[in-house]
This record gives sequence, C-alpha cells and structure tokens, in this order.
Amino acid sequence: MSPGPKKSELVNRLNNGKPDSGAYPAASLEMLRMRARVLAAIRTFFHRQGVMEVETPVCSRSATTDPAIESLVTRYTGPGAPAGLPLYLHTSPEFPMKRLLAAGSGAIYQICKVFRNGESGRLHNPEFTLLEWYRPGFDHHRLMDEVEQLVQALMSEPPAVRRISYQALFQQQLRLDPHQASAGQLRDCALNQGVSGVDRLDLPHRDAWLDLLMTHCVEPAMGPGLCFVYDYPASQAALSRVRPGNPPVAERFELYINGIEVANGFHELTDAAEQQRRFEQDLQTRSAAGQADVPMDGQLIEALSLGLPDCAGVALGIDRLIMQLAGAEQISQVLAFPLERA
Amino acid sequence: MATYSTSEFKGGLKIMLDGDPCSIIENEFVKPGKGQAFNRVKIRNLKTGRVIERTFKSGESVEAADVMEMDLQYLYSDGEFWHFMHPDTFEQVSADAAAVGDSVKWLKDQDMCTVTLWNGAPIIVEVPNFVNLAITETDPGLKGDTSGGGGKPATLETGAVVRVPLFVQTGELIKVDTRSGEYVSRAKEE
Repeated sequence: MSPGPKKSELVNRLNNGKPDSGAYPAASLEMLRMRARVLAAIRTFFHRQGVMEVETPVCSRSATTDPAIESLVTRYTGPGAPAGLPLYLHTSPEFPMKRLLAAGSGAIYQICKVFRNGESGRLHNPEFTLLEWYRPGFDHHRLMDEVEQLVQALMSEPPAVRRISYQALFQQQLRLDPHQASAGQLRDCALNQGVSGVDRLDLPHRDAWLDLLMTHCVEPAMGPGLCFVYDYPASQAALSRVRPGNPPVAERFELYINGIEVANGFHELTDAAEQQRRFEQDLQTRSAAGQADVPMDGQLIEALSLGLPDCAGVALGIDRLIMQLAGAEQISQVLAFPLERA
Repeated sequence: MATYSTSEFKGGLKIMLDGDPCSIIENEFVKPGKGQAFNRVKIRNLKTGRVIERTFKSGESVEAADVMEMDLQYLYSDGEFWHFMHPDTFEQVSADAAAVGDSVKWLKDQDMCTVTLWNGAPIIVEVPNFVNLAITETDPGLKGDTSGGGGKPATLETGAVVRVPLFVQTGELIKVDTRSGEYVSRAKEE
C-alpha cells in the first residue's frame, strides 16, 4: 500500500481547517481516507488469495455465551414475530461463518461492524469493525503466516516480527509458568511487579490473574512490531481445539502490534459435543456470576455435528490496526463517530 | 453510603481510597478481548496531594467521597486556624495548617480563595493565581535602575519573601504569581 501522509498529519490535521465541533467526525478526513485505503487493500488481498467475501446477520436469535463478552440486544416485532423476538447483535460473525464453512463455502472472509456491551475506553468502542476470515486445511501456525503477510502488505516499512508461546512469554517476562502457577502465585507475582491495588483485588479465577499480568506487565514490555502469542492455557481455549499433552494447550493465537492486542485466532474446534459442553459450562459460569442468561447457538452445534472442515480462523480489529498504522493513541482518533458522537 | 461503579469513573470524580478522599485524574479501561476487564486509574489523594495508580476490577463499586469546592473569603487567623466565610450565606469554616499548606504565604484578609471541603471541613485552600501584596521591607535600590536585572529580596505583608527589581520600594503594592512565587509587576491600589 502507498505510504500516504505522515503519521502525525493523520492524527493532528483539522478537518479542512474547520473548528472542532461534536457535529464533525472525531477522526480527521485524512484518517478516514486512510481507512478507506486499508479496507480496499484488504479486499484486494483476499481477492488475490481466492478467499470469498461473505455477509452474515448482525442480529441473531442466539448470542455468544462467553462470560467475558456481553451482547447488546434489540427486539424485532412484525410478520414472523407478532409478539416480538429478542435479537442479539453479534459480537463476532464466527457462528454463522462456521455454518457457511460446514455447508462447503471454502475459504471466506467478512468485514463487519460488531457490538460489545460495556466496552468503551482508549482502545474500545462498543461498536467496532472486525475482519474475520477462515481457512479450511490451515492450522493456527499457517494462519499466523497469512495474518503476517496481510499486515506486512498494509505497512509502509517491514516491522519486527516475533512468535512466542504463551508459556515462553510468561517465563521470559515474569519467570513463571502460566500453566502451573496457582492463583496465589500469580497474585504474588503481580504484587512483586508493583501492580497497584492487588492487595484489594478480588478476582474470580486464575485466568483473571493471568489477564491482569498480561495487560499490566507483559503487553507493555512487548515493544514495537508484531508479536504473535500462541498455544494458550486450555482454560482459555474459547472456540479453539485443545491439543493433548502435558500440559494440554489451546491452539489459539493472538497478534499484538506495538503491545496492543489486534487479532485473535483459533485452530477451530470441530467437535459438536465438546462445543456444546463448553457453551453449557459458559452458561453456568454466567449464571453463577449473576450475568444475563443468553440463548446458545443450537444451529452452530448442528452444523458442527453435520461436519465442519478442519480449519483455522481469525478475527482482526480493523480500528486498532489503523491506529497502529497511523500512530494514533486513541480509538476515537480513527473513528468518524465514536460513542460520544454517535 | 453513596458509591460509584467503575463505569461511572471519569476525571474529577471524588472517591474514598484507603480512608482518604481522592480525585480521579485519569481512568483507563483495560480488557483483553476474551478476558477480565479492569479499570486502571490515576488518582490524587486530596489530603496529601500524592498521585498514585490503582487497578480495579471492572464492575466493582467504590465509596464516594463527599467533597466539594467553594469560593470563600479569607477573614483572619487566630494562630491555630484560618477562618473563611461564604460571601452570601456568611457561614464560616476554619482550616488547619495542613489544609492551608503553602497557601499561607499568600493569604491576605478579604481575598477570595477556593476551599475544598471534605464532609464539610476544609482540606485544601487554594489562593488565586495572582495576588496583590504590599512590600513591608526591602533595601532601597540604586537610583535610576529600571532594568530589574539582578533584583533584591522583599518581605511582603503576609510574611512571604519574593525577589523584586531594584526600583521597587517599601510600601509599594506588587502583583505576585502564587504558583511560581515570582514578582510579576507593580500593582495599583484597587
């Protein structure tokens, strides 16, 4: 992709010299032009790779069961549902895209707005743009290769790239084994690292302590460039397959750019019974924590039981990617109308 | 007891932390895509002025601090307390030395101050950025010097000592920047 204007111009340039007003976009027009160029370059990339663009419903009868993600919900009333039908805004297009894969679509991608309740901040907006794609026949390592290719193609200069397992990353940075350490040891580590308020933090489980260490100690030390982290603790498998071993690990990866989480990928779980068990476990966790009960996606389970090809898939946050390409500090700098102006 | 949840956190919000009233300076929402959400907050302890960082689990609730700021008129000091009055209600409050802090150097009766009250009692007294004070003592300067270069110490009516240009004399009113403690200019009687 052509380099375009300098990073500082993208972030700072006023909109045609007009005074700032909540009526105008938060992002500069230069930034919005860059967004358009990035989206076009992504579509060209997948066109060349022979990956088909698809669209799936934003509003669904079922929702993600993931206890760490809250769906926004709306209601349809009319023909087909005179008494009203709750519809959940998708938090990622994963489930219907897997139903397409099960139907034999082959490699597919989608660029869409997704929605997450309760998430707003420097790196979060409750609606944001995801690029999600699936590759039949790939495992998570081969998909990391393709993610790297795509991101490199969007950057004007080749970045430093490294790949490291979740375990090696924690061992290197914190000298502890994330698979073996107890919640108490993780808490002590956070105390030793000087994370303030740890003595008063009441976290629900070990994974939350790992999340604390990841966000407060590991991510800030990642440095510039791309960092792929792979093979997560099995307790953080989400929708990835778990590779047996000692310890068993989830075939999941994340891409960080300059220490910012940008993408999450899986060597996808294809086992319907295991998927159903995880959904049920999620719902129990949600209920125990007093979170909203949500309908699980029975159609996904059915599609898996009909046969999902062996595949890997990844979701990449476009807004955060653009932030990194442009050197922006806040997600609002790359959005025309973030929550405050929506 | 009033509380705030982490989703109400923003700059300027007053909360209780470790028994002290604090003001949020900066609030960052931190959350892995598939993990636990946190609020990483920069907070100023209003009693000590110290700035600390603190991480909360998102969704947690924190006790609200009953803190407000008022513009009050400084009346006098009895040596132990500094007394202030609300110009409309004539209600009076008294601040101790800890609350008055460095502001004591610039406090002149009748001047308006911003007083931060916690549970009704003053914890911070802030003087205006600029005050006019009379010089009670300074060495006579050299005649004809108008450059202000070098300068000399001058004791003000509040007891503060500032450096002033050589041409400024005892009995004159000067304007002082209270943030830097520096002379700004000569001032006219109001």
